[in-house]
Amino acid sequence: MSTNEHAGHPELVVHHAPEGVSDPGHPPHQPRIGDTDPRAAKRSERIVAALFGLSAIGSILVVVAFFVFPPGESVASIQRSNMFLGLGLAFAFAGIGFAAVHWAKSIMNDREQSEDRHPQRSSDEDRAGAVAELKAGAEDSGIARRSALKGGLITALALLPLPVAIPLIGNVGADWKVSKFRHTMWKAGTKLVTDPAGRPIRAADVTIGSVVHVIPEGLNHEDLSADQHFMDEKAKAVVLLVRLDERDLKHTEGTYHGIVAYSKICTHVGCPVALYEQQTHHLLCPCHQSTFDVADGAKVVFGPAKRALPQLPITVDDEGYLIATADFSEPIGPSFWERVK
Amino acid sequence: MTTTTPLAKAAAGTADYLDQRTNIGVLVKNFARKLFPDHWSFLLGEIALFSFVVLLGSGVFLTMFFVPSMTEVHYDGPWAPMHGVQMSEAFASTLRLSFEVRGGLLMRQIHHWAALLFMASIVTHMMRVFFTGAFRKPREINWIVGFILLILGLAAGFTGYSLPDDVLSGNGLRITDGVVKSIPIIGSYLSYFVFGGEFPGTDIIPRLFTLHILVVPGLILALIGLHLFLVVLHKHTQYPGSGRTDGNVVGFPLFPVYTAKAGGFAFIVFGVITLMAATMQINPVWNYGPYDPSPVSAGAQPDWYMLFLEGSLRLMPGQTEFVIGGYTLSLNVLIPAMVVPGLLFTVLGAWPFVEAYATGDKREHHVLDRPRNAPVRTASGVAILTAFFILVLAGSNDLLATHFHLSINDITWTFRVLLFVAPVVAFWVTKRICLGLQRRDRDLVLHGHESATIVRLEHGEYIEIHKPLDEHELWLRVNYEARRPVEIEPAEDSRGVRRKGYRADRIRRRISQFFYEDRIEPVSAEELAASRAHAAEHHAHLDGTGKHDAALPAGEQETVASEH
Repeated sequence: MSTNEHAGHPELVVHHAPEGVSDPGHPPHQPRIGDTDPRAAKRSERIVAALFGLSAIGSILVVVAFFVFPPGESVASIQRSNMFLGLGLAFAFAGIGFAAVHWAKSIMNDREQSEDRHPQRSSDEDRAGAVAELKAGAEDSGIARRSALKGGLITALALLPLPVAIPLIGNVGADWKVSKFRHTMWKAGTKLVTDPAGRPIRAADVTIGSVVHVIPEGLNHEDLSADQHFMDEKAKAVVLLVRLDERDLKHTEGTYHGIVAYSKICTHVGCPVALYEQQTHHLLCPCHQSTFDVADGAKVVFGPAKRALPQLPITVDDEGYLIATADFSEPIGPSFWERVK
Repeated sequence: MTTTTPLAKAAAGTADYLDQRTNIGVLVKNFARKLFPDHWSFLLGEIALFSFVVLLGSGVFLTMFFVPSMTEVHYDGPWAPMHGVQMSEAFASTLRLSFEVRGGLLMRQIHHWAALLFMASIVTHMMRVFFTGAFRKPREINWIVGFILLILGLAAGFTGYSLPDDVLSGNGLRITDGVVKSIPIIGSYLSYFVFGGEFPGTDIIPRLFTLHILVVPGLILALIGLHLFLVVLHKHTQYPGSGRTDGNVVGFPLFPVYTAKAGGFAFIVFGVITLMAATMQINPVWNYGPYDPSPVSAGAQPDWYMLFLEGSLRLMPGQTEFVIGGYTLSLNVLIPAMVVPGLLFTVLGAWPFVEAYATGDKREHHVLDRPRNAPVRTASGVAILTAFFILVLAGSNDLLATHFHLSINDITWTFRVLLFVAPVVAFWVTKRICLGLQRRDRDLVLHGHESATIVRLEHGEYIEIHKPLDEHELWLRVNYEARRPVEIEPAEDSRGVRRKGYRADRIRRRISQFFYEDRIEPVSAEELAASRAHAAEHHAHLDGTGKHDAALPAGEQETVASEH
């Protein structure tokens, strides 16, 4: 085996083939039908012209569809508008595209040509010239002789990001009070109400096996204080309430006659854990399939979550409505570094 | 040459005006007929470029109507099911784009389909570059530029997906928040940094908007410029074949052939994306409703390029969360969401440099490798793709479970095992296939193509006539380099003193052996000469009997069968 080199350029290898076999050069040109038959060439020309024509028709179709098919008020009407506008535009584009490609493939000269490559590396003279220029420039600047200049330049440039970064970083995190992760708006006596209607829930009305999506009473735009943001509060406070047969429950602390309430926010990465399977008492997170056993303190039975869902301790008030007896005993949702500190 | 028509005069006048001010004549002279090699696989990168053009065009249209604000409003537009529903202005304006702006839905769907195609074409283009070795010197820098473009493409997709503020994208952001919080030490603060306070806050949509329409596309545009500049500087690679060497470039001139082909192809890409948007619904947010932290829909999937991350999160067992000294280390989130993509991207980014280290090759390469001629590279690429594909499937494990009535736990466990086993199997099988194809090449060179013609010689021997390769095919199959493992100097010099750097050299030899230990050498000159002599002998026999393959009666060909 030999590796022949391109004349004068050791970095450009021309071939590796065994001796005695040589590069036969470019394959011969295969004439197209249009190269030998003038009628076929004429036909290609007509096809190209027709495709350009198709594009023009498409453009006109878009203009017509714009006026004739307004989007309207139903899914059917917006889809109709979308389809006519889209088909017109697709023809307008593709007509030009296919015309140009067909022109190139059937009419334009299709003989491959060849030209030389040259290595990327500059010649030694060019390199020497470049170094000389840089040296001359550095000499002119005086930076090599005057070290105070170098120190000053580096110090100034090194400090420059600070006046941009500090105000930016200082502001983007608002008040930086990450301790807010630890508390939700639930507290002793907060009524459990339905999401989103806001109706209080009477313990007697919750049948065994039923699931209620719950938010704390007062979670609405009217009742929230100025420093509470509706979405932020809701993102932490949503709860899933389930009633089981009391005998199935392994722990009864914080439950009320088989009614249990758990944070709906997955302890994995925070999706709402919303799928309840009555037979197995399992709660499944539809995002990453962490599975929690409601009968056993919402402990993880499968999937990527580690921790049980935090429990909301509940009881009933004098009128029989469900109320919380405290906030969650631990931060809800995904883990974070200082979670148990 | 004299020009007479008014159009030609006007063109000449404009050219003169421009040239006097810009010296453009030199540029046109040097570049108008620059040659570009031709191959269908070179179109993959073009699809990426043209989908980006579509993204810019449709994106500008969308910004005219989209309101990047999380201010809560009550919907009062024409879509009846949402009447009075509380939603962000971002979601309300997305509904307005769909129901009230003529062509707005079309532009939304064009934008979304183009984004999916953009990422798909980047990935397949990268696969083409990888499997053909186009990343070798002098193109390592351009590989890195392309690699950063891939990451920026993911960033563009992620930031854009979240903007409509519907239930799906909102839950996507919530997952992001969970992942950010899992980062040790700074996670909580980083979450505040991203969301401007607690999740979801009111800042995230405007922030993502600025990233999505200014920062990320600006960077992509700049890097595409650099990417294409380097392509022109290096001249395009070409597939191997007769007449093509590392010292030349064989192809068609930019003007007119490439202008027409690439320009035309741009319009075909525009047309196909528009056709998809016209006929295939994507992201019908009016069905999902605005973001609310409480509801979630089952069977929701992110856009395809995020599926591998989703799958990776799904596969990781939860037992890997630890509390150490009172601080929580959520490896069950960190590993799948940070380490897995980190590994994938590190391997991709570093590959050209690892391979150059293993070959010790400092030469420039402009002729592409046939994938079979680089068995370990090809096998590694397939192994990486296999792992990626398993993560993508794992990202749809709930759909697999419901469609095929399987247990989600069983599917998850299967993928957990496959993620480690399948890439190894894929590597081994691919490497064997490559080596087999190389042997096949040798076989063809030495014996020619089977002609399905069996001949009985005068002395009773049966042979099958093999048709020798024509000179172009022969050249393609012999003209490759079987790279060998690097050889290193011995550990001790002549006086028995251990030399410095031996350890590093040994590691290098080991890497090099992994790459090039198993190899099939191309046919040598002696082998070729021997096979030609052998063939000539048979031909002499055949000529002696006056029986050429073409001269055999048809009936004989069918009845005579023999192993030779």
